[in-house]
Amino acid sequence: CAGLWGGSFAFDLQLPKRFQQFSCVFSFPQVHVKVADEAVCVGPAPTSKSYLNMDAIMNAIKQTGAQAVHPGYGFLSENKEFAKRLAAEGVTFIGPDTHAIQAMGDKIESKLIAKAAKVNTIPGFDGVVKDAEEAVKIAGEIGYPVMIKASAGGGGKGMRIAWNDEETREGFRFSSQEALSSFGDDRLLIEKFIDNPRHIEIQVLADKHGDALWLNERECSIQRRNQKVVEEAPSTFLDPDTRRAMGEQAVSLANAVKYSSAGTVEFLVDSKKNFYFLEMNTRLQVEHPITECITGLDLVQQMIRIAKGYKLQHKQSDIPINGWAVESRVYAEDPYKSFGLPSIGRLSQYQEPLDLPNVRVDSGIQEGSDISIYYDPMISKLVTYGKTREEALKKMEDALDNYVIRGVTHNIPLLREIIVHPRFVSGDISTKFLPEVYPDGFKGHMLTAGERRELLATAAALYVAAQLRSQKFLGDLSRQWELCVELDKGVHMLGVSRSGNNYTVEIDGEKVEVSGEWNLASALLPITINGKHRTLQCLLRTAAGEISLQYLGTSFKLRVLSNLAASLSKHMPEKVPEDTSSILRSPMPGSVVAVSVKPGDNVAEGQEICVIEAMKMQNSMTAAKTAKVKSVHCKAGDTVGEGDLLVELE
Amino acid sequence: SKKILRQIPYGAAAGAITQAKGLQNARCYSVNHLSVQERIEKKRKAALTGGGQLRIAAQHKRGKLTARERLELLLDPDSFVEYDMFVEHRCSDFGMEADHNKYPGDSVVTGQGRINGRLVYVFSQDFTVFGGSLSGAHAQKVCKVMDQAMMVGAPVIGLNDSGGARIQEGVESLAGYADIFLRNVMASGVVPQISLIMGPCAGGAVYSPALTDFTFMVKDTSYLFITGPDVVKSVTNEDVTQEELGGAKTHTTVSGVAHRAFENDVDALLNLRDFFNFLPLSNKDPAPVTECHDPRDRPVPGLDTIVPFESTKAYDMLDIVHGVLDEREFFEIMPNYAKNIVVGFARMNGRTVGIVGNQPKVASGCLDVNSSVKGARFVRFCDAFNIPIITFVDVPGFLPGTAQEYGGIIRHGAKLLYAFAEATVPKITVITRKAYGGAYDVMSSKHLRGDVNYAWPSAEVAVMGAKGAVQIIFRGKENQAEAEAEYVEKFANPFPAAVRGFVDDIIQPSTTRKRLCRDLEVLASKKQTNPWKKHANIPL
Repeated sequence: CAGLWGGSFAFDLQLPKRFQQFSCVFSFPQVHVKVADEAVCVGPAPTSKSYLNMDAIMNAIKQTGAQAVHPGYGFLSENKEFAKRLAAEGVTFIGPDTHAIQAMGDKIESKLIAKAAKVNTIPGFDGVVKDAEEAVKIAGEIGYPVMIKASAGGGGKGMRIAWNDEETREGFRFSSQEALSSFGDDRLLIEKFIDNPRHIEIQVLADKHGDALWLNERECSIQRRNQKVVEEAPSTFLDPDTRRAMGEQAVSLANAVKYSSAGTVEFLVDSKKNFYFLEMNTRLQVEHPITECITGLDLVQQMIRIAKGYKLQHKQSDIPINGWAVESRVYAEDPYKSFGLPSIGRLSQYQEPLDLPNVRVDSGIQEGSDISIYYDPMISKLVTYGKTREEALKKMEDALDNYVIRGVTHNIPLLREIIVHPRFVSGDISTKFLPEVYPDGFKGHMLTAGERRELLATAAALYVAAQLRSQKFLGDLSRQWELCVELDKGVHMLGVSRSGNNYTVEIDGEKVEVSGEWNLASALLPITINGKHRTLQCLLRTAAGEISLQYLGTSFKLRVLSNLAASLSKHMPEKVPEDTSSILRSPMPGSVVAVSVKPGDNVAEGQEICVIEAMKMQNSMTAAKTAKVKSVHCKAGDTVGEGDLLVELE
Repeated sequence: SKKILRQIPYGAAAGAITQAKGLQNARCYSVNHLSVQERIEKKRKAALTGGGQLRIAAQHKRGKLTARERLELLLDPDSFVEYDMFVEHRCSDFGMEADHNKYPGDSVVTGQGRINGRLVYVFSQDFTVFGGSLSGAHAQKVCKVMDQAMMVGAPVIGLNDSGGARIQEGVESLAGYADIFLRNVMASGVVPQISLIMGPCAGGAVYSPALTDFTFMVKDTSYLFITGPDVVKSVTNEDVTQEELGGAKTHTTVSGVAHRAFENDVDALLNLRDFFNFLPLSNKDPAPVTECHDPRDRPVPGLDTIVPFESTKAYDMLDIVHGVLDEREFFEIMPNYAKNIVVGFARMNGRTVGIVGNQPKVASGCLDVNSSVKGARFVRFCDAFNIPIITFVDVPGFLPGTAQEYGGIIRHGAKLLYAFAEATVPKITVITRKAYGGAYDVMSSKHLRGDVNYAWPSAEVAVMGAKGAVQIIFRGKENQAEAEAEYVEKFANPFPAAVRGFVDDIIQPSTTRKRLCRDLEVLASKKQTNPWKKHANIPL
């Protein structure tokens, strides 16, 4: 038996292994593949020409003689046409049948079915929207705030929230464009937006014989722009009664559509534990590993069994909650820009923290991989497991500290901050968590005085180690070092002495002991500071004393100079940075969808200048000041890199 | 040469103006009333303050350090040994003989010191004394350290900050320049010579840096030109600023005169210390080896996927270079000039190596006039100073066109060919993708005495790309597409070169570091000599 695995983001390493005795075939666009038994190229990188190209996938199936297809998470996984074509060819689709995909894939129909199955639904939702004015009318009837999203899409793709008529029109325009480009279907849905909700979903598993189970919940409330960032199972918020009520409603919905295979029923839960049906995803979810961790079930294996027509192996009473699992989605994005704007690049160094126990990393990349503008910017799913939530979160801290990703900007600084934030640790979260906790945007880890000393001491130790190595010509010179270290805008005078691998750093009268088995070439710095174990990473070290350290997730820039160099530095001229208000640069790599100005136009502050699409998100670029357009450096269809000049104002 | 001579006074004029201002700051030595010991102390003190506190403050205000501060930062603490602190200029015209116009040490600080414990000879021009202008005495001091550096076998670092010739001294000053030039030439290939331009350097003075091995500049505060903006205006009516004419940006991106630029004095000097670690002390000294923590057999998995499937698609050669080097540390030379070739210093298992690589990201990595000259000079430096050369090849050929032919690509391209061919240091070559036409021969091929030549599986060694080749071989015939496929099958792979022994092995890219480190160890004892000659005749 051969199975064809349609990748999600590029492809997924963990899952195909679980085809076990099956031989495993990948479909993939023109990238390098070396993990499957056999791999088939399905076209060039743009998804519309590869993963979304059904003809190419069908050819791959014929070519390899695959008898079954696992569609992965995205792309064609919820496409009923695809399932139909497979059925016509006699190939098993590892997933629900087309009827269920169709019924649950349509947001309006799915809610009608849910209502009929006695599942709680969100009040005031309405139908398909034809134009912007109709959108405004519907929004007015429901009452603000409203949520606008693509009928055909899942997750947060194409979803926008509007608080007034103007935002409704804008939301309509963006969402319909995104819906068209991502799903080839521009229908939209507008519904009442529940303020301050939690996003909690129930995993269900149903066979072809009318039996269905609920496999407990996943809490996915930590989101940015309606996309999940950190997930955990179980939820701190649910009591057994609410959990059972949600589970039973989820199973009742699955039964109502004669669902088979693994599926997820998403709910919004308000502060009073009222829950409302959101949608049902008729595929494996990205975050399924945390459910596997706490239930001990292998969901992919179960899906394959079900597709083969076997009955469920378990009864509802067999489904446990063992321990706690947390998943961090590691994205190639800059968390300092709107909690994450995509970045691209080549992974010059890449090392997963797999030597730590109870850590699972699902990724489709390796050192040397290119993160391109064509796919989701996800690097991996980092899952940690513990007997308790506290243990799982501590493990996640270690895993994030030990994760080496160089060459692309990544969101580990944000992930590392979220999981130690007091609100998160106490379970006080909602989908508003990020904007509420970081109202002015994410700024990285804020150092305490003690942490500051640890960071300074580490930088000083590194500097001294590098200096001493340069002096190997003279033999080892042990002596006292007088250093001046800059961090943020603070300047510190440090005294360092060394014996073997132990550095004693004196900072403002306090002594910090730095030791550990590390050297100047190692990507990770496992350091003991004043008896406490920390893992830091040195990201940069230059001859001019610049040192960048990743510490507690965040990367910090320091400058270490000898006292002499520091005192002479005061004579150095200040370099004036360029005035950026009159230049518009692309904040991320992507392609230009539309340019709405031409040279000579007058633009008002905040007016849209152009739209950049990256990783299937459209971003409106606006003028930073009221001015006349001096020159336009891009046109619709152009591919632009981060920092590329788009438009100059006078 | 007439033009050059006429221009030397440009900088000197600036010096004279500074000097005139200094007259008010006059001091008077009543030598007869002081004992010798006191006179020594007084002279030493005067030498240490150069042109005086006012001019030092002015120097700082320009964002520049003084000559002595620079040496203090460049050299290991307490290692500087100064020569000729008591030397004074000998000019007696234009009132120069007056005591207040005599500065002990004159307008340059010279001596020797250590950088990370290794010996170096230095001179640092003092802009606070007569604008750093070059007197006979100044030149004599510089010549003294250069002579000794050559005898001892240690590099010379010059920190240039000078208005130009000392006009008051006339031909004495010109003679001084020539004395230095001669020593630059004699020392060339004997000890490494480095110039760091930290202020003006104009007129004839520019030829000393030009003769040294490396010229570095400080951004915004240093200038190099034959004639300044005023003379340019009067002769050619061109309006140009100092910065545009001879600033760091111009020389590191347009002219190729300077090899690298740094943010400011401190940045430049700290980087120079780092750079010095790569260099042997002389041509008798082997390439230095430092302690290395990066495993010599470290696999580099990213290299297996770096070369794209489509041979027309670009990738960044620096990704390969960084991947194989110790700690990804690469001191790139001329990073912003002729970017279609990458050259610079690095270490492999602690040993200094010179890296040359075609850069497919820029102009497809072709060879043209500028990249050939850039590569050739670098290769010759490495060969002169026993530094092994590792060459990464992905070259589609020489750049065609009238601009290149008229520019003399034939004789400039020949320089790179010449440099690789004559080099007797260990030469290791890795063909990552294309090695087409004459450019294949040039890029340290087996035929030019490459010691170890590798091909990656993605290598294509051929006279030209498939399309062009088929158009010639099968001119006028049908079935061009079929012929093209046949050509690709035959030549777009490493086998034609491998079966003939023109590459020694086809290696898995991820093992490149391990292979290179092993070969370098073996080749460390390589001995090869060229036939006796007075000197070779490189096509200049």
